[in-house]
Amino acid sequence: MNERILRELAPQVLAAVVRRHGRFDLAEDATQEALIAAAQQWPAAGVPDNPRGWLIAVATRRLIDALRAEAARSRREEAAFVQEPPAGDGDGDGDGKCDEDDTLALLFLCCHPALSPPSQLALTLRAVGGLNTAQIANAFLVPEATMAQRISRAKATIADAGACFEVPPEEGRAARLGVVLHVLYLIFNEGYTTTSGERLQRRELAREAIRLTRMTLALEPGDGEVAGLLALMLLTQARSGARERADGTLIPLAEQDRLRWDGALLEEGTQLIQQTLSWARLGPYQLQAAIAAVHAEAATAADTDWPQVLKLYDLLHALAPSPVVTLNRAVAVAMVDGPRAGLAALDTLDGDRRLASHHRLASVRAHLQEMAGDAQAALAGYEDAARRTTSVPEQRYLRGQAERLRGDVEKAPTAPTVG
Amino acid sequence: MRYILLIYQNTEAWTGLSQEDKDVFMHAAGDIVGELSATGEWVGGEGLADASQARSTRVRDGVVTVTDGPFLEAKEALAGYCIIDVATPERAEEIAARWPDAQHWGMEIRALMHGGGEEV
Repeated sequence: MNERILRELAPQVLAAVVRRHGRFDLAEDATQEALIAAAQQWPAAGVPDNPRGWLIAVATRRLIDALRAEAARSRREEAAFVQEPPAGDGDGDGDGKCDEDDTLALLFLCCHPALSPPSQLALTLRAVGGLNTAQIANAFLVPEATMAQRISRAKATIADAGACFEVPPEEGRAARLGVVLHVLYLIFNEGYTTTSGERLQRRELAREAIRLTRMTLALEPGDGEVAGLLALMLLTQARSGARERADGTLIPLAEQDRLRWDGALLEEGTQLIQQTLSWARLGPYQLQAAIAAVHAEAATAADTDWPQVLKLYDLLHALAPSPVVTLNRAVAVAMVDGPRAGLAALDTLDGDRRLASHHRLASVRAHLQEMAGDAQAALAGYEDAARRTTSVPEQRYLRGQAERLRGDVEKAPTAPTVG
Repeated sequence: MRYILLIYQNTEAWTGLSQEDKDVFMHAAGDIVGELSATGEWVGGEGLADASQARSTRVRDGVVTVTDGPFLEAKEALAGYCIIDVATPERAEEIAARWPDAQHWGMEIRALMHGGGEEV
């Protein structure tokens, strides 16, 4: 309970402290220290009447200590001047609109384009998500020292870039929001792709991404892509309980037990995307959510409305072409026009340097070759894909596919059946 | 994305280098470690003792045999490793190419397996 309150308050507290004193880097450390103090003291002493005010007061004290220490250091180094903290212009207390803008400004700052994606992820989780460095390091499977450096470097980069703590002006704001959404989606995927063999803390990332995207939607209700991303996350997360066998093997979408999909998440995601599509300007996240919604409404894999899926992929391909879209679209093409047509749709990807060597291309091609009855080629393709993936569960799945086909190929080497 | 950079050295050639050359080498490597630590890309790494000091072990039918030396007798031997966590495969290649051993011998860039996965 405490942790949830703390994580929700974290960005508000940080924003209030930055507003009063500037120095995002030190304010961010001070806020973390206040969160840690609260986590230690509140369970015994009880949650204070005004938890937000308590945290701001503690963080401010820590920040002033840090500024004093810094000033003393520069005096010792005989620096020419000691920088006074700038006077606060607003207290951020009580004024709801101001707080909302502050949290949004914080999100934009943490997803600053000068930062690399790993840094954006780490800083967003700490400054906006209120996670501590150890938790983030644990989730990303790196030592705490590595993550601590990544975060402090990110803060230094932001300072060097002269980034302002403010919601970007209308011009260019959509592009900046696009970066924010990308970061949230990356955080979600880090958590969603986690399997039972991995640390539990990684799975929390998917829930955290959904929480932060909900928050962003409340702050930017007029942007259809925020709603589209949230719907996509909800519809994807709904499948998380059905995507893995007890032994950790991944189960492909077509073979998942749909009764194990989370009905509440599916309904929320489906309603959100339907409602959004009725008013918003179309965007890639909305289209991906719409595709997920088509899968969600099919009671069995055989009931999937593939022509509708293909139509949506065509739109996505026109709006935001990418090798991954081409890859996924090829599967829909195969389901509508047959595996040969699907294979032909993959051909353009051989020229793509990044994807040509990627296991997903090899595995999708193998799947379509199997559909076309070419078990021999499919077998080689699954084996190739298994060598290329860095994921243990994917490799196990792909080897399983190859193993299954090896039996077929050996039994009936000359008579492939068209599936 | 996490990678291990395997540092291969020609033991004979390394031993033949002057102390000055070795120092230049070590400093260059140290600088890269410092830089990667600062960017939050450095996960860990170590140098290995000379390959001649390796012990290799095999268990066959419950019988343990231990022999001197590495499994593979080769001119170039594993001399150390770095584990890095970087945004792109290109970044891993760039770091490997800057490692001083890459100019004389070679660096092998291997992706680390992980437990996550995406269903198809």
